[in-house]
Amino acid sequence: MRESIDVLACDVAVIGGGPAGLTAAAALRNAGVSSVVVFEREEQAGGIPRHSDHTGYGIRDRRAVMTGPAYARALVAEAHDSGVDVRTGAMVTGWAEDGAPVVTSREGRYRVDAGAIVLATGARERPRAARMIPGDRPAGVYTTGQLQGLVHLQHRNVGTRAVVVGSELVSWSAVLTLREAGCSTVLMATQADRVETPAGLALVGRTAFGFPVARRARVARIIGRDRVEAIELAHLDTGARTRVACDTVILTGDWVPDNELSRLRGLDLGAGHRGPLVDMALRTSAPGVFAAGNLLHPVDTADVAALDGRHVATEVRRWLAGDSDRRPAVRIVTEEPFAWVAPGLLRPGDPPPSRGRLLLWGTEHRALPRVVVEQDGTVLARRRIPWPLAPGRIFRLPYGMVAAARADAGDVTIRLA
Amino acid sequence: MIADVDIVVIGAGVVGCAVARHLAGFDVSIALIEARCDIGDATSKANTAILHTGFDAVPGSLEASMVARGYALLSGYADAVGIPVERTGAVLVAWTDDELAVLPSLRDKAVKNGYHACEVIDAGAVRVMLPHLGPGVVGGLTVPGESIICPWTTPLAFATEAVERGVQLMLGTRVLDVMPGPGSTTVVSDRGDIRTRWIVNAAGLGGDVIDRMLGHDRFTIVPRRGELLVYDKLARPLVDVIVLPVPTDKGKGVLISPTIFGNVMLGPTSESLVDRADTSTSEEGFAFLLAKGSALLPALMDEDVTAAYAGLRAATEHIDYVVDVDPGQRYLLLGGIRSTGLTASMALAEHAATLLSESGLDLVPRTDLPPPPRMPNIGESFPRPYSREDLITADPEYGSIVCFCERVTRGEIRDALASAIPPSDLDGLRRRTRATLGRCQGFYCGAEVSGMLGVVDA
Ligand SMILES: Cc1cc2nc3c(=O)[nH]c(=O)nc-3n(C[C@H](O)[C@H](O)[C@H](O)COP(=O)(O)OP(=O)(O)OC[C@H]3O[C@@H](n4cnc5c(N)ncnc54)[C@H](O)[C@@H]3O)c2cc1C
Ligand SMILES: Cc1cc2nc3c(=O)[nH]c(=O)nc-3n(C[C@H](O)[C@H](O)[C@H](O)COP(=O)(O)OP(=O)(O)OC[C@H]3O[C@@H](n4cnc5c(N)ncnc54)[C@H](O)[C@@H]3O)c2cc1C
Repeated sequence: MRESIDVLACDVAVIGGGPAGLTAAAALRNAGVSSVVVFEREEQAGGIPRHSDHTGYGIRDRRAVMTGPAYARALVAEAHDSGVDVRTGAMVTGWAEDGAPVVTSREGRYRVDAGAIVLATGARERPRAARMIPGDRPAGVYTTGQLQGLVHLQHRNVGTRAVVVGSELVSWSAVLTLREAGCSTVLMATQADRVETPAGLALVGRTAFGFPVARRARVARIIGRDRVEAIELAHLDTGARTRVACDTVILTGDWVPDNELSRLRGLDLGAGHRGPLVDMALRTSAPGVFAAGNLLHPVDTADVAALDGRHVATEVRRWLAGDSDRRPAVRIVTEEPFAWVAPGLLRPGDPPPSRGRLLLWGTEHRALPRVVVEQDGTVLARRRIPWPLAPGRIFRLPYGMVAAARADAGDVTIRLA
Repeated sequence: MIADVDIVVIGAGVVGCAVARHLAGFDVSIALIEARCDIGDATSKANTAILHTGFDAVPGSLEASMVARGYALLSGYADAVGIPVERTGAVLVAWTDDELAVLPSLRDKAVKNGYHACEVIDAGAVRVMLPHLGPGVVGGLTVPGESIICPWTTPLAFATEAVERGVQLMLGTRVLDVMPGPGSTTVVSDRGDIRTRWIVNAAGLGGDVIDRMLGHDRFTIVPRRGELLVYDKLARPLVDVIVLPVPTDKGKGVLISPTIFGNVMLGPTSESLVDRADTSTSEEGFAFLLAKGSALLPALMDEDVTAAYAGLRAATEHIDYVVDVDPGQRYLLLGGIRSTGLTASMALAEHAATLLSESGLDLVPRTDLPPPPRMPNIGESFPRPYSREDLITADPEYGSIVCFCERVTRGEIRDALASAIPPSDLDGLRRRTRATLGRCQGFYCGAEVSGMLGVVDA
């Protein structure tokens, strides 16, 4: 880094202009914080909803059902109206030695001296290589995000016969996009033993789409020199192999937090998904650095990410006002079939988390799971939860179940009874 | 049909590009013919990208001398034109007493190859250099000169300079037959015939096929596949030095290396195939590499794989390169350049010129050569455009990052599309800019980058 680099000073630097970042910024401005800047690396702010051109956004935070792009536009407009400086085409590429964000943009390269930082960099789907799917490397293999960018933002054609890999909510989002692009789904393949169907789609699913589903199946090979010609499926139990002809493969789900900046900053990471470890107020391990949205819980719906943004504003303001005291913390950990919990730090005496819920990720099905919370062998709570646990979807746990944890004891464990 | 030329070079891999560039320094007309739509699109794009010292070559072989000479030539050329190189050094790590026992003989062999800097070190010293290695290290041999280099910029720099020196680059042109005559040779291609006086066969995996077209029968290529895993950049702090296996009679092990783009690479496997175009990866290959990797560098296994690919070495029944000139046919063969061709490329080009002129080709140095090109820096050893205020101020397009994971700017993509040898597809653009090569593999920028390129593929 050269000495001459420009400096931008502000009260709060929000990194990431998706639902979480935009909402946090607007909330901070509305609460009277004078200079709030959002850095968004894309040319347009709004995050993933921008190219998720179907309905299902805004339910919890805006009390409305809207399409992704409309939702993104509403959030951007609101941030502008609140007086947030939304800088697009501005990417935080790393940190200066003293921990200040460093930005590259058309306006130049500069560092940001901010009173507080909110990380809201979101999450993405693991691409093919990270899933280690062997075979040829032809064109035609996409993640949902990439597919939606191609179809909605670039108005490009995909193939005509797709295999959708995964059976989460986002997998259905892929099916919808494919249909809109004139590509039929010939198979949905999932390692799970059941398929998640969004409530609305469950009824129409079969008749409207009419494709078979291969359960407990793994993509063992991709075949095709230039363009995908087929995939080889391996059955998890029998090992049997089947060849499925297709020209497009959509890899859905399998989320990872976009944690590069968090890791480069040396933040403590949560177990299970490696997003930054935060407490109920969304403080990370670095003083003055906060986090919100899917970076913390890959992946929940956009409204929940947005409400994180609203929630984090409270603690950011306290910090800006000079109140940096933190109560002692204990870790919250999970046992199988839970993969992770967020937030993963509890400071007894602190207010509850956003929406009064802890967010967990499950890897198995339970219709009405019985959940136990323990600390040092003492049961803090045991309850049958009146909603299901399902792979590929967030499981919400009332904060009350962990609220009795003590600061002077060991980890708080969440498990199934 | 193009005008007659003095020399046709068949194959625009790293070797053919180096040869064309070098010969274009003399007063001769040259056509460089490549079946694929881009230069460096075969074995030269998928290797471990190590600039070898040649410490472990077979002493006295042509390969040994070409690698040692190529190392020196390419090091200098890389500086001159801006090919990214990083002087990491390497350590051969011994994990068993058998391996440990071999180290002194490897050091002696290095000396025979003219390389004097190797040192046998103990397990403690290995740990200091590589604190994250798995348990069980018993010693090591340092090779301070081993370096990493950009495998894509190298052939591109050669080809760019060749074109600027007047070489006719014929991409998408497959040689179907070669018919030597008394004064000239006809090269039959799927784009028409080309008449030439001299032929250089640098066709890599297709080298024996071309050789047979000229009536020879001296070698057969058996493609030896090497699969590689490239790990996330966040793994880079785990390894600063190339970790080489100790070669034993139990076979060749795998290496772990930092890459010039700031990743960590694990591989390659080694497996003989029949199909010369089969660069697929395999379940067995992945399983083998993961087993090796978890023993060598356990912490690497916590990181995501960013890319997996395979390259095919042009192995033959001979231990050495198969290089031979036939003055009667005015034909030079550069065959069987298996696993060191990136390093040896410039030495092979120099050697080619010597062999050709000894066989009667009059090579008069030109005095009107254009200055060498300056290649865009896509490596991590020097500041890249996104981090340079001076560049961004002069041209804001360098401040507009398109590929976030790899920090590739609109300015760089624009430059690549307008360059002397523009990419013909997304793969070519990747090799010139790194766009879409990062951990998201196009989740964010795939659509945008394809848009700039005007193609549908991703
Ligand atoms: C295919 C698909 C369908 C979906 N369908 C629905 C649905 O129907 N309803 C629903 O509610 N939710 C849906 N979701 C989930 C929803 O999109 C996410 O919950 C939401 O976008 C999360 O918001 P966020 O702000 O945490 O992250 P993101 O939306 O991912 O935003 C993060 C932002 O940060 C920016 N950023 C990252 N790093 C940097 C950096 N270094 N510098 C500058 N900027 C940076 C990114 O460019 C991005 O704009 C869907 C998701 C997908 C992928
Ligand atoms: C896994 C692996 C790891 C390696 N690691 C290293 C390393 O670390 N360091 C190092 O120095 N080397 C390494 N190598 C070796 C190096 O990559 C090769 O030696 C080098 O790329 C060979 O270059 P080439 O030009 O001879 O062949 P190629 O790159 O294969 O080029 C030959 C070209 O000829 C063209 N061609 C063939 N037939 C015809 C025809 N009939 N008409 C027209 N064109 C034709 C092909 O399309 C091709 O582009 C490695 C190789 C592999 C596979």
